[in-house]
Amino acid sequence: MVMTITEKIIAAHTDLGEVRAGQFVYADVDVCLGNDITAPIAIEQFETLGIAQVLHPDRIVLVPDHFTPNKDIKSARNAKVLRDFAQKHQIKNYFEVGRVGIEHVLLPEQGIVVPGDLVIGADSHTCTYGALGIFSTGVGSTDIAACYATGKVWLKVPETIKFTYTGQLNEWVSGKDLILYTIGKIGVDGARYKAMEFGGPVIESLSMDDRLAMCNMAIEAGAKNGIIAPDHCTEVYVNDKAQRGYKFYSSDADCNYFETHEYDVSALTPQVAIPNLPENVRPVEDLSDIRIDQVVIGSCTNGRISDLRIAAQILKGKKIHPSIRLIVLPGTQEVYLEALREGLIEIFINAEGAVSTPTCGPCLGGHMGVLTEGERALSTTNRNFAGRMGHPKSEIYLCNPAVAAASAITGKISHPGLIT
Amino acid sequence: MKGKTWIYGDNVNTDEIIPARYLNTTDLKELSSHCMEDIDSDFVKKAKRGDILVVGENFGCGSSREHAPLSIKFFGISCIIAKSFARIFFRNAINIGLPIFESKEAASEIREGDEVFVDLNLSKIIDLTTDKEYSFTPFPDEMKDIIEAGGLMEYVKSNQFKG
Ligand code: SF4
Repeated sequence: MVMTITEKIIAAHTDLGEVRAGQFVYADVDVCLGNDITAPIAIEQFETLGIAQVLHPDRIVLVPDHFTPNKDIKSARNAKVLRDFAQKHQIKNYFEVGRVGIEHVLLPEQGIVVPGDLVIGADSHTCTYGALGIFSTGVGSTDIAACYATGKVWLKVPETIKFTYTGQLNEWVSGKDLILYTIGKIGVDGARYKAMEFGGPVIESLSMDDRLAMCNMAIEAGAKNGIIAPDHCTEVYVNDKAQRGYKFYSSDADCNYFETHEYDVSALTPQVAIPNLPENVRPVEDLSDIRIDQVVIGSCTNGRISDLRIAAQILKGKKIHPSIRLIVLPGTQEVYLEALREGLIEIFINAEGAVSTPTCGPCLGGHMGVLTEGERALSTTNRNFAGRMGHPKSEIYLCNPAVAAASAITGKISHPGLIT
Repeated sequence: MKGKTWIYGDNVNTDEIIPARYLNTTDLKELSSHCMEDIDSDFVKKAKRGDILVVGENFGCGSSREHAPLSIKFFGISCIIAKSFARIFFRNAINIGLPIFESKEAASEIREGDEVFVDLNLSKIIDLTTDKEYSFTPFPDEMKDIIEAGGLMEYVKSNQFKG
């Protein structure tokens, strides 16, 4: 039977041999992720089962990244719940402050998730790992509690929408722009319950950081997972990182797609999503009069080293606009260290930006850059819902790191081509 | 399930249902006191236990936070009728035993303040104010098993989870 890459990976995690879109299955989970917001509920739930030990401590990952270093007493209590649970159940993949990074930057970087895996995470952006040819999807706390006990998850096998990108990308156009453009085309529920499979020559020549940024935002179109067939780029990326053996899957040539879309992206310019939904996408040129108060560069979408490199390239030797607050959050300690070695951190500080330890921070209005009423942020994060970054009457515009850096210099939304 | 309805539109997201500023707690009483706060700051004052939410497309989109359906459940909302649900919200609601129903017709026609009755045995939504009846999309059998057990943890406890 012909199958999509998503169907093949799910099938390989059951004893069914093959599965079809629409089918209900119980699948084995390779990696089960929780963070300092979602894992405390999962742990409370797990403890109601009266089971002494989790089934597979080596498959559980706990990443306290949202409100850490603890922003207040309540979040310190939540972080302690994770720490105590990790100790009790000897979970080695627990990341203490000082080692922690944003979960979806950290797991691929550390080789904890590898091609061919089936991954669930109590975090909606768990779909990020699809960039490595992984079936990974966001679930809730109760799902991971059940997985702690059983090692499995219930799933309905999703139908797949195939997106093919052709043409040649312009300068300053990245994976972030491709996914914003796509969400702009199909809408925030355009792929609800579905798998989004990205392919074509443009994807084949895309770096892994850009692929991760694309799959990261599949959830913003309502998708269950985003996925890219592994290739040479994947091999090079995972080769020296993978903690376990891995397997490359790809869709059969004549497999069944729910829909196919082909986009020639040669004319694409950097894209910006305006408030209050990620589908409200405009070319950056159309927004050039919009003044902003704060620029955020970071998050599980764009907190990787290549994102910081491109921002630093634009900010080098410049100062940000006096009315702007620039906040830069490297995604992990490793990204932070590499940015230090390459002199990027010095560039940000000389430009008068604030650089923080890795954390989700302002992305979800947690800490480290919360907005007050009437303020407007331009951010490389993934959601621009009203109030996401603070006050319900504050605004968020979403963009790539080059646009963010250029706009920090001018004080208004700007095309990076104007700066360099 | 019988209750008075409150109507909201399309794409109500989890940041509106329970803003991140309250996610530093898992206390259900505290979470439910902020239920729907960023879409309707009066909600917890005007709504009552047993009331029903009637909403548009893609309800509960955004984050995976189970705090969202939990805050609605522990506030006492008896069920949600939507044109459609975002997928993580959908599975969270099933897993924690918050009743949810998909019916495009019912969700477009029912008006705020109508008295609505959901008959699970007959799979019918009845608007008692207008006397109109609607059917809802039935759940697959495997999901029904989880719902009937009273949620996923109960299902695991009963050793039915095919793990
Ligand atoms: S960076 Fe933002 S979107 Fe990513 S995991 Fe953290 S809060 Fe969620």
